[in-house]
Amino acid sequence: MQNGKGAPEHGAQQHARLSVCLRCGEGRGVVVDDTAVVVAFYVLAVLTLGSALMVSLVRDLIHAVLFLILSFVGVAGLYITLSADFVAVVQVLIYAGAISVLMLFAILLTPRSARDNSAVSYRAPISIVAGLVGAVIIFVGLKTDWATVSEEDRFPQTAAEIGKALLDPYVLPFEVASVLLVIAMVGAIILVRPGSEER
Amino acid sequence: MTFLLDAWYNFDPFDELYEWLQDTAGSTELVYVVSAVLGATAILTFVGLGALANVWLERRIIGRIQVRRGPNRVGLWGLLQPVADAIKLIQKEVLQPRASDGALFNLPPILVFIPAMLTFAVFAWAPDLVYADLNVGVLYLLALSSVTSLAIFIAGWSSNNKYALLGAMRVIAMAISYEIPMVLALLAPVIVAGTMNIPGIVDWQRQYDVWLAFLLPLPVFIYAISATAELNRTPADIAEAESEIIAGFHTEYSGMKFGLFYAVELINSLAVSGIIASLFFGGYSLYGLDEYIPPWIIFIGKIYFFYFGLIWLRGTWPRLRVDQLMAFSWKMLIPLALINVVLVATEVLLWRELELGDWFLAVIAAVNIVLAFLLLNLFFRILTSSYYRLPRRVRLVGEVSVPSLPAPGPVAPS
Repeated sequence: MQNGKGAPEHGAQQHARLSVCLRCGEGRGVVVDDTAVVVAFYVLAVLTLGSALMVSLVRDLIHAVLFLILSFVGVAGLYITLSADFVAVVQVLIYAGAISVLMLFAILLTPRSARDNSAVSYRAPISIVAGLVGAVIIFVGLKTDWATVSEEDRFPQTAAEIGKALLDPYVLPFEVASVLLVIAMVGAIILVRPGSEER
Repeated sequence: MTFLLDAWYNFDPFDELYEWLQDTAGSTELVYVVSAVLGATAILTFVGLGALANVWLERRIIGRIQVRRGPNRVGLWGLLQPVADAIKLIQKEVLQPRASDGALFNLPPILVFIPAMLTFAVFAWAPDLVYADLNVGVLYLLALSSVTSLAIFIAGWSSNNKYALLGAMRVIAMAISYEIPMVLALLAPVIVAGTMNIPGIVDWQRQYDVWLAFLLPLPVFIYAISATAELNRTPADIAEAESEIIAGFHTEYSGMKFGLFYAVELINSLAVSGIIASLFFGGYSLYGLDEYIPPWIIFIGKIYFFYFGLIWLRGTWPRLRVDQLMAFSWKMLIPLALINVVLVATEVLLWRELELGDWFLAVIAAVNIVLAFLLLNLFFRILTSSYYRLPRRVRLVGEVSVPSLPAPGPVAPS
C-alpha cells in the first residue's frame, strides 16, 4: 500500500545533472544521452547568440533589454548542459531576475531613452573594438588546451563545492567583493539623501 | 488498467511499467521519456484542476468571510461557476489597443504560466516521488519567482497605457523590495538542513521528527508575508489596485488573456502554499501518519491548508498603500531577516561543531520562539511609535516651487 520507504539520502549522492524521473531512488535517475546534450547545446547557442545579436540590432531599448534577458536565459541553459546547476540557477536569479529588473527600472525612469535609439554616433570605432574582442575570444577558445572531465569525475554537488571554495581558499576576494558592494550602497544612499544638493 | 482500480493512490505499479519498458525497449531513454511525460501530465492535471477548484473555493470562502453567499446558482453549490466563468472569458472579444506593442502584448499571458508550472516540478510528493530532484531546489524556486514579475512588467509596459505602466513599475519596485527578505528567510531552512534539495529538507524534518516551523518561526512569518506580496494578492495587490490604477498591469487585457492572469495568480498561490508546506511544515510527512495515509494526499492537504490561510488573508485585510508596503519590507522584514540569519547560523554552528545531540534542537526551538516573539514586538513598537509614524521632513506637497506666471503687462484698453 505504501510508496516504499524512501532512502533518506535523496539527491545527496546524485549527479548534479538534472535528473527528470518519477522515482529518483535506486539509481533510477536516468542520465540524458550525449546526443541530446549536443542538440541542446546547439539550440541554446543559437538562442544565446541570436538574441545577443538582436540586442544590438533592435531600435527599441526595452526590446533590447528583453532580448538581453533571453540571452541570459540561454547562457543559463548552457550552464545546465555543463552540469553546473548552481551557476545556472544563479544566472537566472541574478541576471534574468535582478540585473534586468534594475535595467528596466533605469530605462523607465529616463522616459526619452525608451523609444527609438537609432541615432548612434561612433558606429565605426565601436564595431572595430567589438570585432577585436570577439577575435580575441575566438582565438583563446581555439588555442586553449581544454581539459575534458570524464563522466565519473563530474562534480557531485556544485553548490557545496562552490560554498567551500568561497569560504576557504577564496575568502579574501569574496569579502573584498562584499566591501565593494557596501561602498556602492553607501554611495547610492549619499546621492539620494534629501537636501544633499542644497549643501 | 487494474492497478488504477486496486489502489488508485499507489504509484508502485509504475515501477513494473518502467521495468517492462526497459526490458522491451532495451534502453533507458524510453523510460526517461515516458516517466517525464507521465509526471508532467500528472502535475499539469493537478495544476489545471486546482486552478478550476480554486476559483470556486476562493469565491465561496471569501463570500462566507464577508457574510454573503458567493456563487451558488450554477450547479450544485455553484460548483460549475468556474466552468461558466471560463466559457464567458473564452467567447469574449479579444481586444488589443492599436498603440500596444504587438508581439510583446500577446506574450505575457503565456510567459507568466511557465514559472508557475515549473515551480511544481521540484516538490516532493512522496518518498522518491519527485519530478526533478534538483540539488539547488530552493534557489530554483527563488529564480522562478523573480521571473514572474518580469512577465508582469512586460504586460504593463506593452499595453501602452499609463495605468498599466504604473502597475508595471509597482511590480518591479515590489519585486526589488520583497526578493531580499524572501531569499534571507529561505536561507534559514537551508542552513539548518544543510541542503538546498527540497526532498532533502523534507527528509531532514522526517529524520529529526520536527517541523522546521518550530525551529524557525521568524522565517515562516517573513516568507509568508513576502510571498503574499510577490503573489499580488489582496493585502499587497498594489500592482492591480482597482481603486487606484483601474486594473494595473492587466488593464488592457480582455477575454481569456485576462483569464490566464487570473488563473496564474491562483496557481501561484498553490505553489507558495506548497513551498511553505514542504520547507517549514514537513512536506508529505505527518508525524508517522504518512504510514497509513498516502503521503501525496497529506502533501496536497497541507497545500490546501495554507491556501485556505491565503484566502482568509485576502478576505479580511484591506489593501496596503504603496509606500506602506515598501516601508514594511525595508524597515521591518529585511532587518528581521538579517538578524535571523545570524542567529540561525550561530545556533547551527554550535549544534554541529560541539556535536550537542538532538536535545539542542529543543533549545534552539525555545530560544527562537521567544526571540521571534520579542523581536516582532520590538519592531512593531518601533515602527508604530510616533517617531516613525509622523513625517519628520516637510512633505513634497506644496514644497515644489511652481514658477509664477509672468506678471501681466499693462493691457491695452480696447
